[in-house]
Amino acid sequence: MPTQGGGMEIIMLKDITLGQFFPGASFIHRLDPRTKILAIIVYIAAVFTVSNFYGYIVLAVFLAVCVKSSEIPFKFVIKGLKPIMIFILFTAVFNLFLTSGTPIFHWWIFTITREGVVFASFMALRLAFLIFGTSLLTLTTSPIALTDGLENLLSPFKKIGLPAHELAMMMTIALRFIPTLLEETDKIIKAQSARGADFESGNIIRRAKAMIPILIPLFISSFRRADELATAMECRCYRGGKNRTRLNRLKMSRTDVYGWIYMAILLAAIVCLNILIAPAV
Amino acid sequence: MKKSGKAETDIKLNIDKTSGKSVSAPSASIEDSISPVNIITVEDLRFEYYDEESESRTEVIRGVSMGVRQGEFLTVLGHNGSGKSTLAKHFNAILTPTSGKVIVNGLDTSDEEKLYEIRQTVGMVFQNPDNQMVATIVEEDVAFAPENLGVPSEEIRRRVDAALAAVNMSEFKKHAPHMLSGGQKQRVAIAGVLAMDPDIIVLDEPTAMLDPAGRREIITTIKRLNREQGMTVVLITHYMDEAVQADRVIVMDDGRIAMEGKPKEIFPNVEKLRELGLDAPQSTELVYRLNRIGADLDPAVLNEAECAAEILMKLGYDTNKTAFLKY
Repeated sequence: MPTQGGGMEIIMLKDITLGQFFPGASFIHRLDPRTKILAIIVYIAAVFTVSNFYGYIVLAVFLAVCVKSSEIPFKFVIKGLKPIMIFILFTAVFNLFLTSGTPIFHWWIFTITREGVVFASFMALRLAFLIFGTSLLTLTTSPIALTDGLENLLSPFKKIGLPAHELAMMMTIALRFIPTLLEETDKIIKAQSARGADFESGNIIRRAKAMIPILIPLFISSFRRADELATAMECRCYRGGKNRTRLNRLKMSRTDVYGWIYMAILLAAIVCLNILIAPAV
Repeated sequence: MKKSGKAETDIKLNIDKTSGKSVSAPSASIEDSISPVNIITVEDLRFEYYDEESESRTEVIRGVSMGVRQGEFLTVLGHNGSGKSTLAKHFNAILTPTSGKVIVNGLDTSDEEKLYEIRQTVGMVFQNPDNQMVATIVEEDVAFAPENLGVPSEEIRRRVDAALAAVNMSEFKKHAPHMLSGGQKQRVAIAGVLAMDPDIIVLDEPTAMLDPAGRREIITTIKRLNREQGMTVVLITHYMDEAVQADRVIVMDDGRIAMEGKPKEIFPNVEKLRELGLDAPQSTELVYRLNRIGADLDPAVLNEAECAAEILMKLGYDTNKTAFLKY
């Protein structure tokens, strides 16, 4: 990883595992993408309904089992959290100081309340679990399968004019070009640094302005790429979603039934905990 | 394969029309191994770009007549702006003629109803491998064209596997394209076109963005497809060492065909090539220079081995004994 010069923030983008597929043949990999998308919706709902810390213990166990069975190195999944860390910390700190309630610590204008501590850790956990779960989805599902699943799930809405195929195609292309454009951004940053561009010093406005020599070449090249890609797609007889067949058709299997049972148990556990144990906040 | 088409109309067009413009020997002798049937026929093609802002027209192709014969390996050479890429884009109806005609397998490229049939017949590979890949997994990308054509899943699977095998990329079928080298990406792009089951592949400077190793990979792949699978190949390039490997060479200049013939007929014309903004292959150039100082060598050498053999023979060595020198 290059650490010289400017543009650290952008180089760091490479660390985001979100949207990066980790190929494998595990139980989770083999699940139908539609199952996984619906499961993630159930999971998100579960994360939001959790009202006490025991719920998070259940979710943590659930995720641990998922990661273990997905055969993805734990480190790799954690890496996905790193870039979001600042955001999580920010939210936590914000909640820590701005929640009113019983004060437990006071210094100058800062007051920390008991509720604040609970709420802040709650929010941090919630965000962390959200990112963790969704990155597990993108790690175990090839982007193509993911968009296939989405296209498939959205296709009933075609009747009311939702361009399901086009949306899926756009997503595929976006995902396909993320690594390419990151690489290109890296190159542009190096090229501009070599010519004396300074991305690190000065105040925020100055630094924002310093981004211009990165963004303009990047935009121009993206338009050129888009143009060439469109031609290449036309050459390969692309004409929208009509009468299109697929190499891999989506098929629900027994694995998916297990997946559903697993999700149902999770949801039931969370709901039970919410009923049995008093909410933390 | 759905070849033959309207062979009758194609044959009569042949090459005679262009022979007036070609400086080198007639190209009739090439026909020994290659079918005389034209798979693509270009008749007096003219093409101009219209610039809306300045309301000016720029004529890029100024009357080209030529044919691509079934099974041949044809190279189109030319310096930048000679119109070679524009010509290539006419082969599968990405561009349509301002005047004149392009006939592919009996189908007129101006006929919009036949558009997909034409594009399916003529596969096109471009310069930048990154900008022609759609999917995030190699095999899914190769499947893109047959998916568009509505081919049944089992048949797509068969074609994808065959196409990847044809470019020696089978072991990478589950890889992400951005993890591959330039040459590998370009081979995947070729496989993506092969999966359409085309009769002909047009490659528009496929090696321009590759390193020497990648270039070699691509040329080897193209040659193998041509020799072993009988695929008709049109290679647009400005690299001489790629052009010498073709069956036939067309040199474009200023929107016209400047030269046409076998590599051995084209490349000894070092001066003429230079006028057209091209260099002869290094070995040919060396022999040319030696001849200028009176070496009296056969000017039709195209590669190092031939060059070495020619010089050694001149020096009185028995070429059979020095055969090891040919690599």
